[in-house]
Amino acid sequence: MYRQLALLMVLLVAGAILTLAVTDMPAFGDPGAPAHRHVAPRYIEMAYRETGVPNMVTAILADYRGYDTLGELTVMFTACAAVLSVLLGRKRR
Amino acid sequence: MTTVIIRTTARILAPFIQLFGLYVIVHGPISPGGGFQGGVIVGASLILLALSYDLASAEARAGHAIRIAMDSTGSLLFAGIGLLSLLAGGVFMDYGIIPLPLPAAQVRALMILLIGMAIGVHIMALVSTLFLHMAEDHE
Repeated sequence: MYRQLALLMVLLVAGAILTLAVTDMPAFGDPGAPAHRHVAPRYIEMAYRETGVPNMVTAILADYRGYDTLGELTVMFTACAAVLSVLLGRKRR
Repeated sequence: MTTVIIRTTARILAPFIQLFGLYVIVHGPISPGGGFQGGVIVGASLILLALSYDLASAEARAGHAIRIAMDSTGSLLFAGIGLLSLLAGGVFMDYGIIPLPLPAAQVRALMILLIGMAIGVHIMALVSTLFLHMAEDHE
């Protein structure tokens, strides 16, 4: 009982801190937010001119952030290899 | 196991699903979509066949060795295009430097399309392989 009450208190305090932190975030869609002032304007202005691809999302995923996408693909490939080695190894035994 | 209605519907639908998947992959640079989404759609058509017929008929359409080869080819093609720009004297994955008789922006667009196709092939093989091997255990 005391344990659960203590847990509830901890959760309430942690929740209050997180809620307080969220109120400090920039408003949704705020053009002045730091995330929208760093590289986003350059992508929006230059993506089509530099990559010749109308879909800006694809231009960022496959070109500007191609390294990330390659890493994603490597993760998937490794996961597939691991799952297959488990499944096929069990069948052979 | 399944009824003739399900089998016939799946057989008629599968080519259209695959065509739509290829459309989503190839149109990745122009419209929403891309390799990941289109690859999953094409892989799902194989899963649909495996569910409506049986695993053996899905295996017959795309065997284990072919799927593993496609899986590896997709990853290698992506990394290979990245290395190509390294060989051409640029930095890794900076495709604009690859020497083709095209403006740099169009070389990049072409390489983005190729990378989308590589991802599509990889994801299609991955999704269907994982499903077929996990379903094998339950048969």
